[in-house]
Amino acid sequence: MSKKTVLMKGNEALAEAALIAGCRHYFAYPITPQNEIPAYMAKRMPELGGVFLQAESELAAINMVMGAAAGGARTMTSSSSPGMALKQEGISYISGAELPCVLVNVMRGGPGLGGIAGAQGDYFQATRGGGNGDYRNIVLAPGNAQELADFTVDAFDLADEYRIPVMILADGFLGQMSEAVVLPEPTGKTFEKDWALTGAKDRNKRLVASLRLAEGSLEAHNLHLQKKYDSITQALRRFETYKTDDADYVLVAYGTSARISRQAVDRLREAGVKAGLFRPTSLWPFPDKELHELARKAKRILTVEMSLGQMVEDVRLAVEGRCPVEFHGRAGGALPALDDVIETVMRFEREEVTHVHAS
Amino acid sequence: MYMRPESLENVRTHYCAGCGHGIIHKLLAECLDELEIRQNTILVAPVGCAVLAYKYINVDGLEAAHGRAPAVATGLKRARPENIVISYQGDGDLLAIGAGETLHTANRGENLTVIFVNNAIYGMTGGQMAPTTLEGQKTLTSPYGRNAAEVGFPIRACEMLDTLEAPAYIERTSVHNPGAVRKTKKAIRKALEYQISGAGYSFVEVLSMCPTNWGVDPVTGASWVKDAMIPWFPLKKFRDRPAENAEKEAS
Repeated sequence: MSKKTVLMKGNEALAEAALIAGCRHYFAYPITPQNEIPAYMAKRMPELGGVFLQAESELAAINMVMGAAAGGARTMTSSSSPGMALKQEGISYISGAELPCVLVNVMRGGPGLGGIAGAQGDYFQATRGGGNGDYRNIVLAPGNAQELADFTVDAFDLADEYRIPVMILADGFLGQMSEAVVLPEPTGKTFEKDWALTGAKDRNKRLVASLRLAEGSLEAHNLHLQKKYDSITQALRRFETYKTDDADYVLVAYGTSARISRQAVDRLREAGVKAGLFRPTSLWPFPDKELHELARKAKRILTVEMSLGQMVEDVRLAVEGRCPVEFHGRAGGALPALDDVIETVMRFEREEVTHVHAS
Repeated sequence: MYMRPESLENVRTHYCAGCGHGIIHKLLAECLDELEIRQNTILVAPVGCAVLAYKYINVDGLEAAHGRAPAVATGLKRARPENIVISYQGDGDLLAIGAGETLHTANRGENLTVIFVNNAIYGMTGGQMAPTTLEGQKTLTSPYGRNAAEVGFPIRACEMLDTLEAPAYIERTSVHNPGAVRKTKKAIRKALEYQISGAGYSFVEVLSMCPTNWGVDPVTGASWVKDAMIPWFPLKKFRDRPAENAEKEAS
């Protein structure tokens, strides 16, 4: 495969990456702003001998994913916020049954039907789990079309490695923007699926289920899941830092709000303010220890989100009071304005100076 | 010789006295044996009384969320077209919470088999009104009898699916007496044969007894199927497209 750069919409880059990763079973229901993904799959899957199926509902789509995953296939569904809410039941069942799959949420504003512009209001839903029970999904947070592609290829490997749903948490701006992308190569990793349902030929029958009625068996299963989640928490803490080495003010943001924050860091540096950016690229597990270390040296942390404060809770948990954690957010499809982010940090600087003078 | 089929596990089931599930499980197991597809079959179990069906049938099993069995079966069959996929569901699962999945799986003509056990009540949860509960029938949630003016009439699944173009085979049978049991086995076998040959979606509705939640003894339960259920849910082969096509070709 040639390493040529192509111009693609974020949603299409993600869809092509799923195909590169070997996904041949994709099930979804239309919803804006992720519609390019099903349209792309509808066109490409027949060319590759794969299955594109437009489900009758989000509920059906996620359960088709469950069936295909149980059969051992690499499978994916995509949606946007209200549609993702509908998938939560299936995600809980898939998590309980420990099936691998990739879930894509190209977020839009909520609550309810909300709007169609990009937002980051589903952080809680993605990282806490919107379905019932004690479960976790790996949540990756790309910041541009290239990462939409790269993280998606990786997501399929992670899903198979840990037998867990992996969510790509993007937003409508990332999905809709066209950017230069170098399409990733297949990783070539293979995973033995000795649990997949293939028919009980020359072996005992297998069962894929989440129901556990025998006394103690459900707690044992939960403890097993927890152990897996603990090992993922150790192995998979992803983030990117930008000019944080000497930063007095650390901005924490992911996805589109991280792009704005990065620009703010550059402008603040030009103005002589030592600002930096900490960008988590895995939201679960959250890179809390790494952020904690930065907080020990920083004067203040500013979390920037396209919500009215969701990830900021994880930031506060990570920082553990080492320094003040402030918040700047816009909601309902609005973007944080670059000048507002800059002005917020400038205000911190003025307050710090006043504080030093006063003491 | 009368024996336990290989496809039926030698275990005690959780089903009540006079329940029809045991009979239907055995018929299914016999068909799997006779068609020699046990090692190739995957059973999708519903939420409801048959939630543990995979414990009793000796095949690979997959457990679906309430009502989602046809969607799960669709994903599975699309991923593994070489396997025989059976969705085994009750009336609440198939016609209430899963009505959408039922309709669309049939409408796509998925090459899988749905076995629908209709006993006019929710069994697992202790006897609530089902979409197939008869008019006037008393349940925990229709204590004065089902009032059609308020909650509508019992839904006829076969008749509804028969309005769709895609399904290959639709039949309603019963297990209230030995003759009906034999016809049910024939229907299940035919449905599976059609899946094997790739004919498309096959649907067998089986009227069945739930004496425990009907509050009657098993013998009365069997009579109630005949006297109360069959008049509303007539036993009938609604569609047999492969046979109809063969006839057309012959003439």
